[in-house]
Amino acid sequence: MGEVTRLIHKYLRHDKKFPHVWCPGCGIGIMLGSLIRAIDRVGFEKDEVVLVSGIGCSGRLPVYVDFDTLHTTHGRALTFATGVKLAKPGLKVIVIMGDGDAVAIGGNHFIHAARRNIDVTSIILNNSIYGMTGGQSSPTTPYGMRSSTTVYSNIEQNFKISELAVTAGAVFVGRGTVYHARLLDSLVEKAILKPGFSVVEVIAHCHTQYGRQNRLGTAVEMMEWQRDHAVAVEKAAAMKPEELQDKIVIGVLVDKELPVYQDEYEKIRERAKVTIGR
Amino acid sequence: MERKSQGQRKKRSHQKELLLQGNEAVVEGALYAGCRFFAGYPITPATEISEILSIKLPQVDGTFIQMEDEIASLGAVIGASLAGVKSMTATSGPGFSLMQENLGFAVIAEVPCVIVNVMRGGPSTGLPTFPSQSDVMQARWGTHGDHPAIVLSASTVRECYEVTVKAFNFSEKFRTPVVLLMDEVIAHMREKMVLSDEEEIEVFNRVKPTVPPEWYIPYEDTPGGIPAMANFGEGYRYHVTGLTHDIRGFPTSRPDEIGPFIARLHRKISQHFSEIQLAEFFQTEDAEITIVAYGCVARSARRAMIEAREKGIKVGLLKLMTIWPFARAAVEKVLQNSKVLLVPEMNMGQISREVKRVNRGVAKVFALNKVDGTIITPGEILNRITEVS
Repeated sequence: MGEVTRLIHKYLRHDKKFPHVWCPGCGIGIMLGSLIRAIDRVGFEKDEVVLVSGIGCSGRLPVYVDFDTLHTTHGRALTFATGVKLAKPGLKVIVIMGDGDAVAIGGNHFIHAARRNIDVTSIILNNSIYGMTGGQSSPTTPYGMRSSTTVYSNIEQNFKISELAVTAGAVFVGRGTVYHARLLDSLVEKAILKPGFSVVEVIAHCHTQYGRQNRLGTAVEMMEWQRDHAVAVEKAAAMKPEELQDKIVIGVLVDKELPVYQDEYEKIRERAKVTIGR
Repeated sequence: MERKSQGQRKKRSHQKELLLQGNEAVVEGALYAGCRFFAGYPITPATEISEILSIKLPQVDGTFIQMEDEIASLGAVIGASLAGVKSMTATSGPGFSLMQENLGFAVIAEVPCVIVNVMRGGPSTGLPTFPSQSDVMQARWGTHGDHPAIVLSASTVRECYEVTVKAFNFSEKFRTPVVLLMDEVIAHMREKMVLSDEEEIEVFNRVKPTVPPEWYIPYEDTPGGIPAMANFGEGYRYHVTGLTHDIRGFPTSRPDEIGPFIARLHRKISQHFSEIQLAEFFQTEDAEITIVAYGCVARSARRAMIEAREKGIKVGLLKLMTIWPFARAAVEKVLQNSKVLLVPEMNMGQISREVKRVNRGVAKVFALNKVDGTIITPGEILNRITEVS
C-alpha cells in the first residue's frame, strides 16, 4: 500500500461521506493532505484531535476526516474551539477557516484568539474570494480585481492575513501556498506542535470563481503563478518593498514564546483556591 | 413576627442563611447543578453573574472566560459543552440579540447549555438599568428556523436558584439550549434564602452512549426523541454541524431524512411537555378572576390578589415559571372556574396573546401592559381588577 493510500485509509471517513463538495483542481485537498501528513508525523492519536471549521468551501473539510469534528457557524469557529480547548485542555484543537470566515465575519474572533494566546492552531485557506456562494469579493480580494460583487473593479484594499496575525499577537505565523506542498507540510507540523495560538495561511487558487472572473487560467496555471510569485521569507528580508509588491512571502514569519492561556488559567485556579483557604 | 420565628428556629449546621440577589442565586444554582464553564461579555443588569463566577469557577476547577462579544460567548459555551462540561452564559437584551445565531446552532446540533437573559427595556440599547419583560417572544422565535424552545423565568431569589438548576437539568436531559428569562428587579433584589448542603433538587446529567464507538449513532431517533450524547475526546469521533444532518450527523439534503429530523427536534420537547411545565396556582380553586403573571410582576400580582380578596373579590393567581412551551394545560385549568383572566406584563402583550390563543373565547382576557421601565405595582393590578370585575 502506498503512503498516500495508507493515510487515506487511516484518517478519512472514506466509507461515509464521499464524493466531496470541492471542484476538481481545488487547493483545499492539498491543504487537507498537509494536515493529515503533519498529524500522522507528530503522532497525535485520532481521539485527541478535534477539528473545528466555519462556513464555506474550507468549512466542509472536517466532515471527511475521522476525528471529533465540529462544523460551526460562519466566522465563529475560533469561539467554539476556545470552549472545547478550555473545557478539555488535553485535546489538540485545530481550526480550519477560509479568508471570509477568518477575517471578514470572524475577524474580531481571530484577533482576540491571537491576543489571548489560546492554544489552538488556525489553518486559513486564502483563495481571495467567497467560492461557495459564487465568487463574491472577500477581504483578501486584491485592489483592482473582479468578483461577482465587484464586476467593475474592487476598490478596497485587502487584508494581509499573516501580517494581521503577527500584529494581533499570534506566537507562530507561517504562510505557504498549495503549490509548495512540502513547505506547507512543515508549516502545519510546526504550528500544531507550537503551544499557543498558531496560524498557517495557505495561499490557494479558486480557478472556478476568482480565476474565471479575472481570466487567470486553469488551476495549474494559477498554481504556476503561486510558484512564480512566492519569495522565501529569508530572501524577502533583503528585498525592497517595491520589489515585493506582487510577491507572496512564504515561510515562518513569527515563532516566539508567550504565556499560553490555559497554563495561565491553571495558575489562576491555584490562586483562587488559596483565597478560599484564607 | 417573621424575625421572631427565625430566632426560635434551631438552625442545622449544614444550613446557610444568605441574603442574596437574584443574580447571585443564579450563580449558586448553576454551581450546584454542576456548571463548570462560563463565557460572557459584560452587560448591565447581568454583570454580577459574570463577576461572581469569575471568582468562584476557578475555585472549583471550572473555567471563566470573558469573550470579545456575546456571539463568541455562546460559541465558547457550546464548544465547552461538546467537550463534556456543563456550560452557561448570561446577558441582557442587546447581547441576547447577538446570541440568536449560535442559539440556533445549539438547537440543531442538540448541545445542552443555559443562557440567562436579564431583561431590560428595549429595543436596542434601550433601558440598561430598568426592568422589562419584552424578550418573551424573542426567546421563543429570535433565532431563525422553526424550532422548539424551553424558556423559564423566576419571581423570587429562591426561585432563581431552583429554576437555574432546572434549566441545567432540562438542557442536559433534552439536549437543548434553555433560556432563563429574568428581569432587572429579580436580578438585583435581595431576599433571604436558606441554602442547604443537602439540597434535594435532583441534578440530571446528559445520557452518554453505552455502545462501542463503531455502533454509536449520534443523532439516532430514540423513543424519547433524545439521542445519547458522546463528549469530544472520548473515542466516539463524530461530526457535529449546524447543517441539517442525518442520524450519523452528516449533512443531508434528502427530504426523507430532513423531515423526520426536524420533527424529532420538536417531538423531543412536546413529548415531555408536562415534565417541562413549571407553574404555581394561588387560590385559583374558587377564583372568578385569575391573574396570569411571571417574573417580578407575579409578586405584585400576588399582593393584588390578597388585597382584592380582602375587598371580597375572588381573585386567584397563576404564576408561570415555564414561559415556553406555553402553559396551555395550566391556563385551561383556571378557565374551568374563572370568567375573567388578567395578564399584567411589562411589554405590549406578549404572553396575553398566548393566553387569548388558549382561551378561544371561553373567558374574557384582559391585558395590563406597562413599558415605561417601571414595575407594575399591586395598586395598578388592583385597579385593573376593579375595572374588569
